[in-house]
Amino acid sequence: MSASIALPGFADPVGEAQATFRAVLDAMARPGRLQQAGERLAAPAPLDPATAATLLTLIDNETPLWLDHSAVPARDWLAFHCGAIIVDGPERATFALALSLPDLTTLSAGTHEAPESSATLILQIAALGSGTRYRLSGPGLREPTLLAAAGLSRQFTAAWQQNHALYPRGVDIVLCAGTTLTALPRSVSIEEA
Amino acid sequence: MPDALSPDQPHVARRRWMAVLARADAAELSDALGSNGSLPEYRVLRGPEAGLVMVRGRTGGGGAPFNLGEMTTTRCSVRTDSGFVGHAYIAGRNERLAELAALADAMLQDPASQSRLLTDVVEKLAAAQQVRRDATASKAAATRVQFFAMRNMRT
Repeated sequence: MSASIALPGFADPVGEAQATFRAVLDAMARPGRLQQAGERLAAPAPLDPATAATLLTLIDNETPLWLDHSAVPARDWLAFHCGAIIVDGPERATFALALSLPDLTTLSAGTHEAPESSATLILQIAALGSGTRYRLSGPGLREPTLLAAAGLSRQFTAAWQQNHALYPRGVDIVLCAGTTLTALPRSVSIEEA
Repeated sequence: MPDALSPDQPHVARRRWMAVLARADAAELSDALGSNGSLPEYRVLRGPEAGLVMVRGRTGGGGAPFNLGEMTTTRCSVRTDSGFVGHAYIAGRNERLAELAALADAMLQDPASQSRLLTDVVEKLAAAQQVRRDATASKAAATRVQFFAMRNMRT
């Protein structure tokens, strides 16, 4: 057994997982609105509390998870607390964890018969609420809204337009930074503001 | 982490002590650990939490597997401040026992205390469990019925 499982998971597994699930649900329904998660969680390096809380809530032994190489130090913690099956190829994963924007086309975009089988990317970035401003519009937004996010690469808007064009197929993203998270479902269109 | 167990059979010794700890009585285990010097500082990684596991069986030991029924178990994992992670899965819902057993498992992986704990805690508990098992077995044996008539009819 590895010694790298240094930290516990949720102190109150049911309550905190439900609260985090609600936060992710609200984030998906209202793209770009910031939600709080993981305030009471001690996250393992290199993960932020919101990232760790989202993973604890969504991942189990039925959801193959892909890690980008910078997230690998958290591998044992995820395997222990989530029972996660960690896969080598991003195309086989239903969830992907990344600390920098991966190539979205390598992730599963689902099929026209089953668009819900696509992957969800949990992307940890430097900050939410400051940095580059993006204008979001689409379902869930009465009028276009602004999202400020620091640490997304310059290629993000181009990569997203490609992903958005696949609709109803495509990848959904949960952005996490610190104890804040927000979501970018595939239905939202994004341009730099 | 240093491997305290013999390199050829690393799991056999641990399997035995985990089995003994899981069958122990919480008060007995607490006494045995407490009389053996101070307990190390530790933090709980998971649990203690109760849940159900499906017990599966095979007809005659070799047939197709079938689900026998669900059983309540309690699990706990702890990490001592010296970096050893101990796990325990016990039958029933005795959370105190699960936590103590997990702590004892972690302490037993520490080469500094392993041999002392094996003799003072594990062997002591195993002996007590053997006495209880023998007492039950002898009580059961006293009421055993030999079906001589059946055997005679067959031959």
